[in-house]
Amino acid sequence: MDTKITLSGLTLDNPIIPASGTFGFGREFAAFYDLDILGSFCLKGTTREPRYGNPLPRIAECPSGMLNAVGLQNPGVDAVIEQELPEVAKIFRKPVIANISGFSIDEYAEVAAKFDACAQVGILEINISCPNVHAGGMAFGTDPKSAFEVTQAVKKVTRKPVYMKLSPNTADIARVAKACEDAGADGISLINTLLGMRLDLRKRRPLLANVTGGLSGPAVFPIAVRMVCQVARAVRVPIIGMGGVSCARDVIELMMAGATAVEVGAANLRDPYACPKIIEALPGVMREYQIEKLSDIIGCAVKE
Amino acid sequence: MPKSVLYTVETRKKLTHDTYELNLSGDTSAITKPGQFVNILLDGLFLRRPLSVCDWDDGTLRLIFKVVGDGTRQLAKVRPGDTLDTLTGLGNGYTLTGRAPILIGGGVGIPPMYALAKAYLRKCVLPRIFLGFRSPDDAFYIDEFRELGCETAAAYGSTLVTDLIRDRQPAYDHYCACGPEPMLKAVAKMCRGVGELSFEARMGCGFGACVGCTCRTLTGNKRICVEGPVMRSDEIDWEAL
Repeated sequence: MDTKITLSGLTLDNPIIPASGTFGFGREFAAFYDLDILGSFCLKGTTREPRYGNPLPRIAECPSGMLNAVGLQNPGVDAVIEQELPEVAKIFRKPVIANISGFSIDEYAEVAAKFDACAQVGILEINISCPNVHAGGMAFGTDPKSAFEVTQAVKKVTRKPVYMKLSPNTADIARVAKACEDAGADGISLINTLLGMRLDLRKRRPLLANVTGGLSGPAVFPIAVRMVCQVARAVRVPIIGMGGVSCARDVIELMMAGATAVEVGAANLRDPYACPKIIEALPGVMREYQIEKLSDIIGCAVKE
Repeated sequence: MPKSVLYTVETRKKLTHDTYELNLSGDTSAITKPGQFVNILLDGLFLRRPLSVCDWDDGTLRLIFKVVGDGTRQLAKVRPGDTLDTLTGLGNGYTLTGRAPILIGGGVGIPPMYALAKAYLRKCVLPRIFLGFRSPDDAFYIDEFRELGCETAAAYGSTLVTDLIRDRQPAYDHYCACGPEPMLKAVAKMCRGVGELSFEARMGCGFGACVGCTCRTLTGNKRICVEGPVMRSDEIDWEAL
């Protein structure tokens, strides 16, 4: 059974990557298992300045999922590089994926340039799809023109592979993906969360202080499959698929739809062992579907 | 260090019209301090439900909860022999400071005060207990606190637990409180010195990964699930809550 996959020259032991914002900087999960079993992991979304994020409540239960409106809480890029990365090195020996957010094109480029100097970072994932910040964030990822500009600006300042993380909250995700590829993106990550909202019936008010939040969890999985497939047909660069993945079968499904690797998000919060369970189950599920080499199935279901 | 444990329900007892006591068996080694909590996975719900630890010993765990939503409604129906997928040993807990503490609990903030009272007693410190309930029908555990040997007073309805403390004028060198936010605020405003307050929040994971419950304090951002739920009264930024 061969579970290895390759993302822009970086070979991972398996395609399983905990998604940004659901894994912190790994510390909390290192209390439960050895992180080196993972393919890689995505650091908490990082901005130029430290951010507190949104007021509480930031979390709401949903049918088969959850809403979050954390709002990019992070200690800022300098603290991530100086304090968090050395701590990450103690618990994870493989290259990590840095996740970058910004409120201007300059900010994306500045943060990317700083991570470019970090040997530990294998890939830059550029989040142009956060639904929980006003201005910036998702605004860059819903329009092909601004997605092109962010991609181009980041590519100029780094030699590391650049993966653009796209929002499902857009009319034509394939066009945005194509714009990123045209601007030199090495890969596409998708999907970020879907914009949602819940009410507190007793208070007759929105449940989240931010009013809206991003929906994740198994509820969004079919949307992820559809969008990964649409993007796989539109671009030639590799895709990191995500959105509601909770078991090894979901991993196979997203890969058949066109993903080279798969991020696991909300499932980590519900069960800290979600990723090790998926990795353990993967060879058995591969056998069940007569898959010798996992990389053979990438996009097999959607080739036209 | 948190731990994932499959607990078995031993007994379920109805304490009031909407409040239940569960006694569970299983590994409790991750629970080290009163004031910590557990996070329970329930059928058909995506997020776990956090509940404070009422009491524990080697191999048994007691929880008390009020039915407030889908999660607790389901929990109120478990039967002996059922198992509960639980993350245990979460949060920081109380520090057991002082030689003459008062412990103040309001409603479902009362359960953690029970293990806290027992922990003080093991240090040969006798705490005084002040409990607040919505009505006499909502009262529970008054006798259990008295059986520990603690002087226990209860306030009901429009008489607040802070009225009770003002009235009784207990001598104390430390206070610990758990209950609704307005109660915690009133307690912190009235009581002398620095006390410990336990807060509640909607949580994503309960073990610090999602930062869904981070609050601002005067000493920086704190995750209620890891750096809390117990916080010093002098670090709370009441305006930012």
